[in-house]
Amino acid sequence: MATQVIGAALKRKEDPRLITGEAKYLDDIRLPGMLFAAILRSPYAHAKIKSIRTDKAAKLPGVVAVFTGEDFKDLPPLPCAWQADAGRIQNNINTPRVLEIDRVTHAGMGVAVVVAEDRYTAEDALNLIEVEYEPLPVVVDAEKATQPGAPQIHANAPNNICFDWSCGNKEATEKALSESDVVVKQKLINQRLIPTAMEPRGCIAQYLPASDEYTVWMTSQAPHIMRLLLTAFIFGIPETKMRVIAPQIGGGFGTKIFLYPEYCLTVALAKKLGRPVKWMETRRENYLATIHGRDHVTYLEVGAKRDGTITALKVKTYANLGGILSTIGPGIPTTLYGRMLSGAYKIPHIYCNVLGTYTNTAMVDAYRGAGRPEATYVVERAVDLVARELNMDPAEVRRKNFIQPGDFPYAPADNLLAGLKYDSGDYEKALNKALEMVGYSSFRKEQEEARKQGRYLGIGLSSYVEICGAAPSAWIGVSATGQGWGAAMWESANLRVHLTGKVVLTVGTQPQGQGHETTMAQIVAEQLGIPVEDVIVQVGDTLGTPFGYGTYASRSAAVGGTAVYHSAQKIKEKAKRIAAHLLEAAPEDMVFEGGRAYVKGSPDKGKTIQEIAAAAALGYSLPPGLEPYLDDITYYDPPECTYPFGTHICVVEVDKDTGEVKVLRYVAVDDVGKRINPMIVEGQIHGGIAQGVAQALWEGAVYNENAQLITGSLMDYAVPKATFFPKFELGSTETPSPTNPLGVKGVGETGTIASTAAAANAVIDALSPFGIRHLDMPLTPEKIWRAMQSAAK
Amino acid sequence: MKHKVSITVNGTTHTREVEPRQLLVHFLRDELGLTGTNIGCDTSQCGACTVLMDGVAVKSCTVLAVQADGSSVTTIEGLASDSKLHPVQNAFWEKHGLQCGFCTPGMIITVVDLLNRNPHPTEEEIRHGLEGNICRCTGYQNIVEAVKHAAEAMPA
Repeated sequence: MATQVIGAALKRKEDPRLITGEAKYLDDIRLPGMLFAAILRSPYAHAKIKSIRTDKAAKLPGVVAVFTGEDFKDLPPLPCAWQADAGRIQNNINTPRVLEIDRVTHAGMGVAVVVAEDRYTAEDALNLIEVEYEPLPVVVDAEKATQPGAPQIHANAPNNICFDWSCGNKEATEKALSESDVVVKQKLINQRLIPTAMEPRGCIAQYLPASDEYTVWMTSQAPHIMRLLLTAFIFGIPETKMRVIAPQIGGGFGTKIFLYPEYCLTVALAKKLGRPVKWMETRRENYLATIHGRDHVTYLEVGAKRDGTITALKVKTYANLGGILSTIGPGIPTTLYGRMLSGAYKIPHIYCNVLGTYTNTAMVDAYRGAGRPEATYVVERAVDLVARELNMDPAEVRRKNFIQPGDFPYAPADNLLAGLKYDSGDYEKALNKALEMVGYSSFRKEQEEARKQGRYLGIGLSSYVEICGAAPSAWIGVSATGQGWGAAMWESANLRVHLTGKVVLTVGTQPQGQGHETTMAQIVAEQLGIPVEDVIVQVGDTLGTPFGYGTYASRSAAVGGTAVYHSAQKIKEKAKRIAAHLLEAAPEDMVFEGGRAYVKGSPDKGKTIQEIAAAAALGYSLPPGLEPYLDDITYYDPPECTYPFGTHICVVEVDKDTGEVKVLRYVAVDDVGKRINPMIVEGQIHGGIAQGVAQALWEGAVYNENAQLITGSLMDYAVPKATFFPKFELGSTETPSPTNPLGVKGVGETGTIASTAAAANAVIDALSPFGIRHLDMPLTPEKIWRAMQSAAK
Repeated sequence: MKHKVSITVNGTTHTREVEPRQLLVHFLRDELGLTGTNIGCDTSQCGACTVLMDGVAVKSCTVLAVQADGSSVTTIEGLASDSKLHPVQNAFWEKHGLQCGFCTPGMIITVVDLLNRNPHPTEEEIRHGLEGNICRCTGYQNIVEAVKHAAEAMPA
């Protein structure tokens, strides 16, 4: 039997239920006697709650109960895991409550809840609740929030500063800048995005009083973490009293990692009312109250020699955290941003200072890429600015500064990465391949010709490196040297080979569309030499899966997949011992290969994994002292993160009359290490490119001067459609990660991380004849048209 | 006041008393338990709730159940026949035209309608035909490939 399953573009095992409507997402679940909760949200972005009258709503037929924050005063505010300056800030300060009690800090915070027999009635009753607010002044901008006279949101955070965090070496960087031939300064705005997973968030909770147990269904990327936070931090009960189930999840992109007030509320309601309760948000609520991403105001200074060698990078960033803190909000613009600012380059000195600030906006936390797209945008814009300043080819400046293959493992300068090292790479190879695919040199001639005809073509490069496979627990967690995330980040895999040789694999990771039921099965099938069809991957139930930290940060293959690999090795070792016993051979003489354990040198003398599984399960004839059954588990803590890289190139044309940008071509060469299933890998890259290009050209969350979200629906927020893109052209290089036996790096976010800078650089390149050096995203027709008009004057 | 409606869904006629404001998507999901049709927005942008009504793709969040009275509706659950996948369903599987799957039922129904109207669409016509449906996972590329694949597989 062929065992080359890793690397095969197999069709996904999960698809039959998804293409037929058989899959059960959260809103598809209905329990007997279930009630429906609807939440009244604050129309004001910053206000005191003076009074709430619920009596009219409570009298509406079909309404079972109406509650306000006063009714949940006994429950603590939600935890924020990232404790700035470990210990200085308590983990539940400036975080949301189940329902807010006396004050709201952004529009859309929950202030009351109606529970009714059906959803229509619950929504009707919301209109009958009367709330008296005292509006307070608001601030929206992350930088303006720190300036004198800005409205103060939290008494414990003067100037709205949550944290003042730095990495790198300030003195050395400033000295290097002062000695540079050129220094380019630029302000960059990395605008706020609304992640927009197609399935909004929801929760169903059931409480059984006799056993004092909860079952909670939740749209979650990390059900084990949810159970931990709900039980230990909110309800103060043992985790054995709660089971969390993540049903089919319709996309997450980070938003479904976190503990949200509505989840806690739904659980509390189920207990209070003694009936199952469902809460399912609308898209409007999703835009108002689910986390947003990005939202940085950055000032960069980059120094270089005349020959294009970069000498130093100094970055100051105001990172918007929102009105209150989400579960790991402060960890994103610090660990995952500042520490990645060396990009793919040997920059001798780097310094980054981040002020995390409160504003009257929705919580900001991890959105696809989480910190790395922001870092890549800064670095890749900086490289292009240097190229422009020195009148050099942007590809040449990249080449000149790349970390070289012989430099790995590579620690970025000034201990930027706090002890970690880039694992492996060949950055120039990926760049060269991408340049070749796009036909770079001939494009430059075409561009020149087009300009003569008044057509403005542009090409943009983005040579990225990112950090995946989070993470060595001692590095990420709270310890003397840790990053302060208050969490470990190992993963688990339990592999059981049943009597017939069929395998059930349970894991602690939690897919939301990534296809783990296929890729994890491929790892098992390859290792045990069995058909992929014989492997069932079970996820999403804290009762049936080992503890794990969930799926985000492109970590599931590198960390979870490695746990699966190690469990398979343990199974093979035991299988060899059983086979040796059955064959009356010495265990050390056995080889496991192609689904069989056989005696070294005598391939015909062996037992199949199915025969061994039967023997192990029946237990009639096992070596003395060996337990029955093939069943093993691994808890795998990675020694190092993984560092995918590559070069993306975007080609655009800007219409000089309308400012409209058309994406003509998009080439991506990604090195994500070994590819378990290339079809799935490419699908991940396609989707990532779409989201990243969308940031450069179309998407942006906009709050007005009253801190009202005016991009509050899919009518107003520019999620791209099929017509927005050309066919993406994908290439690859493969540099296996030396940090794990599978050689995988991670692919969930590469597309998003790389593509924003590629598209933005392309537009700026197209506009270079106008003398335009930089424009902030999204690069909408109006913005471009205005810039061209003022440049022409 | 409730209204009596008779709607034929996937070949079976269902008669129910419904509120005049009830959306067709809620009728399908809550009254009939056909939860394959998803709800992804509240402004008729996303297309996750697309179904065929009298053979034409409609967003079932923009149709009232009372408007569908007397109509024949096909949902994702009604596409496969005799447990044999519809060619469009098969093409989505074959070409990896889905990831999280939430937009997929609406997307598949839209493609069925598109290919009914235009059995051999160009790539541009396909992308234009998908404009009423949002997918956040695939960047649309493999959906377009799936449509091409289905067009080849289907008798014109």
